[in-house]
Amino acid sequence: MNQKYETVIGLEVHSELKTNSKIFCDCTTEFGGEPNTHTCPVCLGLPGVLPVLNKKVVDYAIKAGLALNCEIASFCKFDRKNYFYPDLPKAYQISQYDLPICKNGKLEIEVDGKKKTIGITRIHMEEDAGKLIHQGDKIAEAESSLVDYNRAGVPLIEIVSEPDMRSPEEARAYMEMLKAILQYIDVSDCKMQEGSLRCDANVSVRPIGTKEFGTKTEIKNLNSFKALQKALEYEIERQIEVLEDGGKIVQETRSWDESKGITVSLRTKEEAHDYRYFPEPDLVPLKIDEEWIEKIRKTLPELPNERKKRLVEEFGLPEYDAGVITSSKALADFFDKCLEGYDKPKIVSNWIMGELSRLLNANDLEVEDCPIEPQDLVELLKLMDKGTISGKIAKEVFEEMFATGKKAGRVVKEKGLEQISDASELESIIEQVIAENPKPVEDYRNGKEKALGALVGQVMKATRGKANPQLVNKILKEKL
Amino acid sequence: MRITKKDVEHVALLSRLDLTEEEKEAYTKQLNSIIDYMNKINELDTEGVEPTAHVLPIYNVMREDEVGESLDREKVLENAPEKENGQFKVPRIV
Repeated sequence: MNQKYETVIGLEVHSELKTNSKIFCDCTTEFGGEPNTHTCPVCLGLPGVLPVLNKKVVDYAIKAGLALNCEIASFCKFDRKNYFYPDLPKAYQISQYDLPICKNGKLEIEVDGKKKTIGITRIHMEEDAGKLIHQGDKIAEAESSLVDYNRAGVPLIEIVSEPDMRSPEEARAYMEMLKAILQYIDVSDCKMQEGSLRCDANVSVRPIGTKEFGTKTEIKNLNSFKALQKALEYEIERQIEVLEDGGKIVQETRSWDESKGITVSLRTKEEAHDYRYFPEPDLVPLKIDEEWIEKIRKTLPELPNERKKRLVEEFGLPEYDAGVITSSKALADFFDKCLEGYDKPKIVSNWIMGELSRLLNANDLEVEDCPIEPQDLVELLKLMDKGTISGKIAKEVFEEMFATGKKAGRVVKEKGLEQISDASELESIIEQVIAENPKPVEDYRNGKEKALGALVGQVMKATRGKANPQLVNKILKEKL
Repeated sequence: MRITKKDVEHVALLSRLDLTEEEKEAYTKQLNSIIDYMNKINELDTEGVEPTAHVLPIYNVMREDEVGESLDREKVLENAPEKENGQFKVPRIV
């Protein structure tokens, strides 16, 4: 990146709330139903219908606001945002404009060991739109589109950050922390692939030392943390290039093209941004008193940063380990559950960050879908401690458990992987190894301590890794 | 502030209204008389008066988060000019 420029990034994050029913009608919010089967006159915008607000949406929005250190408005209302697009059956979206439910929040991120506070401008409640499938390769070439309104009316909160981020890494860290918090407080699934967590990025660059912001562009279609970071990296380079060539940045909306790795301009019309907001006459305003807020505050669980602190203080985990484990509530819960049956925190953390994370990544699985339960890992660790299996074999067993869902004891038994700790059995193998490897034997007898390693290796090979290493060492030394 | 024919054209575009020249002229005139009336109201002192969010003094009307029946899909698509695979089919968007 060009050292003459500074990047300024702000994020707008949409998160679907995990209520059972939609925000203004009682249709289900369930993901993946047959098209248009989760719809009714209200979410289809048929004439004469009236929306009624789902109380849980307000509860969840307050909860998110409290978790993100926001002020909760004592008075707020809904507004109509008017625009024509077929994913919006009413030709307006019910949203909040000048009086959002939460404002002035903040959240703390950490990049390369440096802590930084990112401001949150506001959080507001709104309804999601339907889903369009364009018939053709590109929207601009599609002759027609198909519309599914199942998602129309699913409750959303939009969380708008201050332009406080200065690099794609900070933007990613913010997004990851936000996702973790929303999952911890259990208001959203935050499944980026299913679109229950979506993100638009506003980005501009300016010569270092300038006070005013440069002209920004908005990037849409960021469906993963990786996409967010890559798109920002690309867009920053593009903007700097334009400026270096003496050009001007055009304020516009751009879309991230994942396959090509570039951002492309979406055709923009000046008029498109004139939303003519006005207060929604079909919904009465909300008054939120202290009692309501306090009731919600009591439901707040331990948040990622507090939990991280606890893992460091209570279990003596290194900061890094605690950070990785608490980055996801499911992972942190997994850790806590393991510790209920096993009292070596660092060993558990090593397995979670090592083998478990590796296999989850390789199989593209979330912790929630992990085929290994915490008590299964505990069983495995105990087999290792008892000397039934060696550390190396344990990894092999773990992989088998992951692939088949079988318990540790069963895998060990079925594959005959018990460690050989029977001295007499080992002795005969060791005698054979000594007989077949005169060179290292001679080296060792001549004082080359290292030669022992080669002999141990041979014994392990002969036993397919099942020999108890301490015992092998001991017997070998005796025999030599 | 005077409403010009250009303002009317802008608002008509936003509202997807196809106006004739005569209609544009007529609406420009009518909108200006509405604005004139608003200006009259603007003479009132509204210092310390909160903007109206709703005309009824009612707050916090909410329902519990319970799922009910959705509409039959056949009904949903009954009035659709065009449909395909259980979805509404709409003409080219951009």
